[in-house]
Amino acid sequence: MAFDTTDVILSLVKIAIVLAMMLQVTPIMAWVERRGSALMQDRPGPNRVGPFGLFQAFADALKFILKEDIIPARAHKWLYTLAPAIGLLPALTTIAVVPWGRPFLLAEREVGGRILFEGGRWFVPVVADVSVGILVVFALASFSVYGITTAGWASNNKYSLFGGIRASAQMISYELALTLAAVSVLLATGSLKLTDVVWHQTGTFVLFDTLRLPAWNVLSPSMWLSFIVFVVAAFAETNRLPFDFAEADAELVAGYHTEYSSMKFALFFMAEYMAMASMSAVIATLYLGGWDIPWYNEPPTFLGFLLSALFFVAKVGFLLFFFVWIRWTIPRLKYDILMRLGWKVFLPMAFVNILLVAGFIAMRWI
Amino acid sequence: MTHSYLPILIMLAIAAVFGATFLSLNWVVGRHQRNPSKLDPYESGVPLLDVNRKRVNVRFYQIAMLFIIFDIEAAFLYPWAVIYREGALSSRATAMFLFTEMLVFILLLGVGYVYVWKKKAFDWK
Repeated sequence: MAFDTTDVILSLVKIAIVLAMMLQVTPIMAWVERRGSALMQDRPGPNRVGPFGLFQAFADALKFILKEDIIPARAHKWLYTLAPAIGLLPALTTIAVVPWGRPFLLAEREVGGRILFEGGRWFVPVVADVSVGILVVFALASFSVYGITTAGWASNNKYSLFGGIRASAQMISYELALTLAAVSVLLATGSLKLTDVVWHQTGTFVLFDTLRLPAWNVLSPSMWLSFIVFVVAAFAETNRLPFDFAEADAELVAGYHTEYSSMKFALFFMAEYMAMASMSAVIATLYLGGWDIPWYNEPPTFLGFLLSALFFVAKVGFLLFFFVWIRWTIPRLKYDILMRLGWKVFLPMAFVNILLVAGFIAMRWI
Repeated sequence: MTHSYLPILIMLAIAAVFGATFLSLNWVVGRHQRNPSKLDPYESGVPLLDVNRKRVNVRFYQIAMLFIIFDIEAAFLYPWAVIYREGALSSRATAMFLFTEMLVFILLLGVGYVYVWKKKAFDWK
């Protein structure tokens, strides 16, 4: 196995960019959530640290680090300590297979007597363009169950245990709906590669001979059902309200992280926001055209890449705001309603949509 | 191309390093003032009288079993979904074949689904 130095460096640059973006998500989202909730509840929210409370997140981080690190006497010490890190792994890694901009050509140039990018080289803005992209996403998404369940069990606390058990049942139930909803998209694309999924959504199509719409999956007449299933399942996967039964502060104190304090708690907090960001990126890629700019053909240059990357970030940003918006708008469901909804409504809906898309393709409508 | 997966592994490693750093940072910098009541499990302020890890409702196991059945079936759907478009666009006969194959598969699964539904496995109460 030979490595090309340019490839390795480009790869490391991509990893650095992605990690920088992902680590920013938590402070920004913590601010957006607190100020957003304040806005929706007609109160000021955090406004003392920095302009508009913008530095609140840094103050919080400092406090998290300086607080006492408690390991409860009855807890399983190793698993209790490892659980937050286990939760962080999938949340931070999922984004690796998601493309975040239009590929562009790096022209051959000479720097300090060495020829760089010989004969031109394509820069594909995705950390790992693997052929089974979507399977990696789901593999890592199901991995995130372990962090929460381990935390719940290892804490040796009734509230934690209930939170962890509930979360595992909820997440595996909705994972089913999630994977099945994605099958519809794969049917239309004919590939598991996420870069192919985005390429398939570039360009436009004409609806009813009048409207010229971007070829995004969400706008396709056969796909909106699976879009609804996927978004709702994404909420359940990331344990966000109205499906936050892993925490359920009103019933379970704080659910699986009742016993966690200081930085260990902060890691769960980070993992939750990063999981939200990766989920938003996956939704944007599968249904909202990824980095595609509507009614515009991005040139294969650095400018085209930059514009498309900005558009991708804007889409993810909107979805993240949507998460916050829903959280402060819809109250928590009851657990039996949650399970019934997942198995009796969303599962059949996903199946119906698969048959619908398959039928559409067989009739050569899409 | 196995080495296209390497960046994912690198990111996993970096995430692990992040996690380890944060965890140890807190242990090094944070305060250490322990007392027995601080290390007790949280029980809404009352002393703990029995064990914490009690038996849980059997329904959770039921859901896990159902999940495995349906998840394996989703795993069967994925390869079909990947080849479907190409096959369906090649000829009408292939399209019909691929569609009916999956229709039969989903119908068979549907029988099981209806059975589980009638057995009230999805009703939490």
